[in-house]
Amino acid sequence: MRSAAADVLFRNVTRVAALLVLALVIAILVVLVVQAWPAFHRFGWHFFSGREWDPAHATFSALTSIFGTLVTSAIAMVIAVPVSFGIALFITEMAPAWLRAPVSTAVELLAAIPSIIYGMWGLFVFAPLFGEYVQPWIIEHIGSWPWVGALFQGPPMGIGIFTAGLILAIMVIPFISSVMRDVFSLVPTVLKESAYGVGCTTWEVVWRVVLPYTRVGVMGGIMLGLGRALGETMAVTFVIGNSHTLGASLFNAGNTISSTLANEFTEAVGQTYTSSLIALGLILFLITFVVLALAKLLLLRMAAREGSPT
Amino acid sequence: MSARYLRRRVVNWVNLSMSVLGTLFGLFWLVWLLWTLVERGVRWLGPELFTQNTPPPLAPGGFANAIVGSILITALGVIVGTPIGILAATWLAEFSRRSRLAAVIRFVNDILLSAPSIVIGVFIYGVVVARFGHFSGWAGGLALAIIMLPVVLRTTEDMLKLVPDQMREAAAALGAPRWRVTVMVVYRAALGGIITGVLLGVARISGETAPLLFTALNNQFWSTDMNRPIANLPVMIFQFAMSPYDNWQHLAWAAALLITLAILALSLFARLVIRSRSFVK
Repeated sequence: MRSAAADVLFRNVTRVAALLVLALVIAILVVLVVQAWPAFHRFGWHFFSGREWDPAHATFSALTSIFGTLVTSAIAMVIAVPVSFGIALFITEMAPAWLRAPVSTAVELLAAIPSIIYGMWGLFVFAPLFGEYVQPWIIEHIGSWPWVGALFQGPPMGIGIFTAGLILAIMVIPFISSVMRDVFSLVPTVLKESAYGVGCTTWEVVWRVVLPYTRVGVMGGIMLGLGRALGETMAVTFVIGNSHTLGASLFNAGNTISSTLANEFTEAVGQTYTSSLIALGLILFLITFVVLALAKLLLLRMAAREGSPT
Repeated sequence: MSARYLRRRVVNWVNLSMSVLGTLFGLFWLVWLLWTLVERGVRWLGPELFTQNTPPPLAPGGFANAIVGSILITALGVIVGTPIGILAATWLAEFSRRSRLAAVIRFVNDILLSAPSIVIGVFIYGVVVARFGHFSGWAGGLALAIIMLPVVLRTTEDMLKLVPDQMREAAAALGAPRWRVTVMVVYRAALGGIITGVLLGVARISGETAPLLFTALNNQFWSTDMNRPIANLPVMIFQFAMSPYDNWQHLAWAAALLITLAILALSLFARLVIRSRSFVK
């Protein structure tokens, strides 16, 4: 009988711990909503559409931060997705067996380096070199092109939206490439062998067999990387320049939701200011929530096809 | 026919070369980052870093107070986050594998796992800092605990699932109650994996800066009082790196080198353990 009581106790303790995780996520949402409410109440929809961020007059709106968050993440995806695909392809199809584990581990170590280290390196090492040698060339040669040229104009400062996007790309490569590697290895060997058997080249096998088979999982990996890029804070805070302006050029200074929070949260005076910042945090949480939920669903569908519930 | 074959071979060659270049591109940044850290950090390493407190501008000093503060905050994160993570994982893996609620909890755990850490900081600011009216080590540690928890939960559940059911059945057949089966048999079999999860969690939280900016804040002085703002390495790195003072920047690079090496060592070690432990299934 005593052991039966102990069993019930043990089971309930573990259940409470599990429910605590659920309660925590709900609590985060509730707390953010409650504390962001004064800002939403005061500014209404204008909070999402306005461009002002003026602490002196206590007028705030989220558009420049949301814009910066989305643009830096988009740049990160444009760079990181093809590179991650290359890495996953190299590891699963090309590398000799002895090279696979070291290369995988090395790439994954990129994810273990703290965000703030990327920031320091970006600000003090990468940005000066980029601003001195690469940017002037791009501004001179590509800045005059029709359409795209507008993206690459302005003074070569080194820091700015593009630099932030590039550093985000490096930071999310390990996430995307490891998911791609994992789903690529789920492709049944028979499928690949039969394609090789009818004379396909390695590239044709990857492009026509592996990718179509793993499409859903690959999308999931990309979403996972995107979720990371959207929420990344310290690296961006160092290199983005932190200005609340909207400009066409990717070389301009800008800001993201997370960099604004990191820079201004402790300095915010007055309820409206703090509440507006918390509202930014809530928007960030909701954006990443949607993106990550999508990633999770896609990866689940991929796993379901494999027949192994995750 | 042969022209077409040639074209396919060329496309294949070009794309596979791009793939190799992509891999080199990824590794290039890793090497550059680590080289920067060593080049800029290693010459400022010295025993005084560990014995002296963070200095005022242009004075010699170390970051002993930040190391102690970091250890205290991280320890609080581990002490709070780990048991909850392991227990919750136990419920998911041992008692409720296929229930709907378990699926929901797995889902929100994954959301928590990837939630922006600065949002966790804002949350803790709202419930702890704003309530008590001051920044504190407690608040910083709790923020880190929330970041640690989903890492531990995820790896522990994966590891518990790898333990073969026959082991549970064998133990139950000998008359062991369920909790003893879990604690004495399942936990023991999965111990390496659980430890790996904890190590990965520690690696994850010990470099976190964003959630500490407005929870633990920072402190120039030696303090072990968790009720007050407390010095810690990540926020110290942030403030010192951004400062105009040479000696502060040197300290920031030295601290960055140390913290990165420690985290890389931790996660490499965790990977080795997990690799040697994937024996079951």
